[in-house]
Amino acid sequence: MIELRDIYKLYHMGDTVVRALDGINLNIDEGEFVAIVGQSGSGKSTCMNIIGCLDVPTSGTYRLNGIDVSTMDDDRLAVIRNRFLGFVFQQYNLIPKLKVVENVELPLLYSGMGSSERRRRALKALDRVGLSDKAGNRPSQLSGGQQQRVSIARALAGDPSVILADEPTGALDSHTGRDVINFLRELNDDGRTIVLITHDNSIALKAKRIVRLSDGRIVYDGDASSPQAVVTPQEED
Amino acid sequence: MDFKQSFVMAIKSLMVSKARALLTMLGIIIGVGAVIVIISLGDGMQNMVNENFESMGTNLIMVGVMGRNSSRSISEEEMFSLAENNTDSIAAVSPVVSCYSKIKAGSEPLDSTSLSGISEQYADIKGLELVSGRFLQYADMLEMSKVCVIGSYVSDEYFSGGGLGETLRVSGESYSIVGVLDEKAGYGKGSDDDYVYIPYTNAQRINKSSRVSTYYFSAASPEATDMAKWLIENRLQKTFEDKNAYTIISMSEMLDIMSTIQDTLLSVLVAIAGISLLVGGIGIMNIMLVSVTERTREIGIRKSLGAKKRDIRSQFIIEAGTTSAVGGIIGIILGVSMASVAGNAVGITAVPSVTAITVSFGVSVAVGVIFGYLPANKAAKLNPIDALRYD
Repeated sequence: MIELRDIYKLYHMGDTVVRALDGINLNIDEGEFVAIVGQSGSGKSTCMNIIGCLDVPTSGTYRLNGIDVSTMDDDRLAVIRNRFLGFVFQQYNLIPKLKVVENVELPLLYSGMGSSERRRRALKALDRVGLSDKAGNRPSQLSGGQQQRVSIARALAGDPSVILADEPTGALDSHTGRDVINFLRELNDDGRTIVLITHDNSIALKAKRIVRLSDGRIVYDGDASSPQAVVTPQEED
Repeated sequence: MDFKQSFVMAIKSLMVSKARALLTMLGIIIGVGAVIVIISLGDGMQNMVNENFESMGTNLIMVGVMGRNSSRSISEEEMFSLAENNTDSIAAVSPVVSCYSKIKAGSEPLDSTSLSGISEQYADIKGLELVSGRFLQYADMLEMSKVCVIGSYVSDEYFSGGGLGETLRVSGESYSIVGVLDEKAGYGKGSDDDYVYIPYTNAQRINKSSRVSTYYFSAASPEATDMAKWLIENRLQKTFEDKNAYTIISMSEMLDIMSTIQDTLLSVLVAIAGISLLVGGIGIMNIMLVSVTERTREIGIRKSLGAKKRDIRSQFIIEAGTTSAVGGIIGIILGVSMASVAGNAVGITAVPSVTAITVSFGVSVAVGVIFGYLPANKAAKLNPIDALRYD
């Protein structure tokens, strides 16, 4: 489903070239729960941007559902994001002046769905995260954990192939954070593909597979239960 | 992203920050309001002037005779015979001799009232109607009768609506009032209703000069105006052999000149008001640019969820268009009500024209859309990664 082949992402900073991604090869199949871990500067954010079709690689190919997206322009990437990807961000990224249900409707709006069908699906997604009673509220009236569940509902609403969660627990206390992760596991049990980006090992261990990045390369790719998954020379945080 | 959704959102964001929205719209409100006021009052004024001119007789031809030197002149009789010999184009002629003598009703002076010496045909030329009595007659000219006809304002002001059979003192002599005219233009003091008419022969005697410097002709029909003008001009040219010795102006020409002047004046004023619309547009652009910066993160979120460039662009353009359209509507309401208030104050019936309202609404929307384009385009071009990271 996700196929990264020899992905390089280079940034030019004055005379020096920063290799944010330095030859990444990665396959993620349908139904997997993968955690991409690494310190800051390891390239995991860049990796997430490329997997999330927010950015394109300098070289290499990225196939998502068999479609080569590595050379697409902005508008075509927008369509891909809309159709195949659901984002869950650290800062929830809900639009404050829209109601909860309107926030959840956004991806459906951009897919061109009619308003009644949109509302129906959004309410269903909110029901899935247990917040259908908050549909008419503003995001600011909700707790952090609730807001993150709203953003998960928004990611679910468009029925995407992959849910990309970028440090979804980063802004939450450990208890609420655990709830959110457990919820992602539930979704995975239902058959959804989940890619989790985190710097936190304890969170990463909840995933089934761990991909560890360091200096833009994959230094570990394997089962989360294996001892090597957490014990790495670069492990600092 | 559908239009309705964008529109509803635009209205919402206007409601959220009312003060800012109002300030943003102010330029548009003032611009549209001013255009409406100017056009409404301008149209009202034009109507008034037209009515006024029409009441003076549309077939009227005014002839001024300055003369070149004392050696050549043209007499009333010559003018009369010109009219009599060309009845198919000239319907009537009357000398108009202005007098600046004192007029008194009893001991009360008629300060604002004009005194004019005319012939019996004057009533037909100017379309004057009598309320009571009779108009001046041919015999009055010959006999230099001490009779006069008064306008409705004089009648109302000094004879409480009557006056027939009463006397006025003109230049120390007693004139009996033989006729009272109907209200004509209805503009009171100093207007065409504030007049006393006496036989022109008497006026010549009062002025101690037989010179007649003004004649009023009326053409037999509007179509005959040009012919009549040509005949008069020919006759005067024959006598004076100098185009500067006389002037001939027909009322239809006057109307044309007046409306040209008014149109020019109106265009200039509307153009000035239009500048305010331009400034308003720049104000909208400014606020929209601020808004785009403030909402960078929102734009990033929308893009990450699949908004294309044109989705973002149309959202901001619709927002700018809605802002200026709402400003336009407020401006129209304000303009129409201010025009009627101002119109009442200066005595003009304001005419709020549908065209002016439609056009200024359209222009205000267009201003919003045009000036919203740049900020909207800036928003559309934002990189989603940078926008999401923006705080």
